[in-house]
Amino acid sequence: MTSPIVIVGAGQAAASFISRHVALANPQPVVLIGEESHPPYQRPPLSKKYLLGQLERERLFIRPLEWYAEQNISLHLDTRVEAIQPQHHSLKTANGETIDYDKLLLCTGSSARRLPAAVGGSLDGVFTLRSIADIDQHSPEFQSGRKLLIVGGGYIGLEAAAVARQLGLEVTLLEMADRILQRVASAATSDYFRALHQQHGVEVRESTQLARLLEKDGKLCGAELESGEVIDADLVLVGIGGSANIELAQAAGLDCDNGIRVNEVCQTSDPDIYAAGDCSCFERNGQSMRLESVQNAADQGDLVARHLAGEDVRYTALPWFWSDQYDCKLQIVGLNQGHNHSVIRPGASASSRSIWYYRDDELLAIDAMNEPKSYAFGRKIIEAGINPTPQQVADPATDLKTLALGR
Amino acid sequence: MATITWKMEDGSEITADVKNGLNLMEAATANNVPHIEGECGGCLSCATCHVFVDPQWFAKTGEIDDIEDTMLEMTDVEREDNSRLSCQIIASEELDGLILNVPEPE
Repeated sequence: MTSPIVIVGAGQAAASFISRHVALANPQPVVLIGEESHPPYQRPPLSKKYLLGQLERERLFIRPLEWYAEQNISLHLDTRVEAIQPQHHSLKTANGETIDYDKLLLCTGSSARRLPAAVGGSLDGVFTLRSIADIDQHSPEFQSGRKLLIVGGGYIGLEAAAVARQLGLEVTLLEMADRILQRVASAATSDYFRALHQQHGVEVRESTQLARLLEKDGKLCGAELESGEVIDADLVLVGIGGSANIELAQAAGLDCDNGIRVNEVCQTSDPDIYAAGDCSCFERNGQSMRLESVQNAADQGDLVARHLAGEDVRYTALPWFWSDQYDCKLQIVGLNQGHNHSVIRPGASASSRSIWYYRDDELLAIDAMNEPKSYAFGRKIIEAGINPTPQQVADPATDLKTLALGR
Repeated sequence: MATITWKMEDGSEITADVKNGLNLMEAATANNVPHIEGECGGCLSCATCHVFVDPQWFAKTGEIDDIEDTMLEMTDVEREDNSRLSCQIIASEELDGLILNVPEPE
């Protein structure tokens, strides 16, 4: 009997692989190994509705637990993989089991960066938000009147700030760079979200560096800034980015950069081992790229299933993202890396607008705030390789649908 | 509880009882309905849960808001008058017997 396809890591990429594998009626057996005790679940709602307490845990699951058994997927939860032995086409789990594979798919994801223990990163009340367990453990502490300090002005920090304000916490957000979202968005997008959070009572402090967290009698009580200023805090959320989980792959001798290097069919340097999702990095337009997003995880997982079923496919998907903060829906299409100018398209209301990013004449990406038309038609415009001029885009009278149809 | 039927283009059908309050994208993926993906989890960003509502039922599925109306422009199979994103249809007694036709992208 052929050995199974074995997947390490039970997240969005794994779920997407399995869904496509099942839909294509590929008869090869599949074994899914996950460290957590849950079947694959959606992570984006964790820092939004789930933290807010508006979504039951089961509704996070991409497929119900029973579904996997119905599809003959062998599910090994609460199981850590200790080593891959590529020369034997097998892997070893932490409980001593050896599992043979025909093809291996690594969906090991990424981990939240933490603050070093030397600056108080290990104190009780200091946490990151990446998993159901993180939220289940810390959401009871999100109580009205408590003081939350958020370290890092990226999406996780901003989404958590929005939830915390809705729950009545006092929120201070520290960003080391001179503006929030600096790594991922233009100054115009940063300006929009700074104003949004300030309107909702978040104290946003940019160009501000944390020196260390402070404790009193072993309990977190605040933070000292580089300036020497001390601020009170009951809770500290650390949202300073993530790094790919590549340790297993590295130990197995696979080529790695800041992720596990894969080609256009998500194959690693070992042709029988694939990688998909946050843990992988790939080349696009001559640049190495690693994306932490549902789109990337889902599309790569889907692609590997199609590839293993014999379809001729290449990974060329256009990236897209979203974030919800208060009543603002941010939708992003494309990647703005390498842009050298951008233009603002005004929206129908004061709270809606979109930012269009260009490299010279080429439209690269769009950030749409409460502006779904810019996102939906913008996606078509980018996919079709139509490059409207910034003047066209900035003119609210330009009909985007007409533009998308290439007329 | 509502009994929902999804009809595929090849004539096959899937019928399931759906708890009140669940959206019909979640219900579809839980019941293995093909071509309904729901990548964004129901937050109106992916347009991968497109269905054609049986015309007799269309009015009962509720109003289409501006965001859904815009996102319906992004579907793989072009929208029609009875198009909905199924993540925006919430199961209730009112919808018991609802029939959804599932478009199949090429």
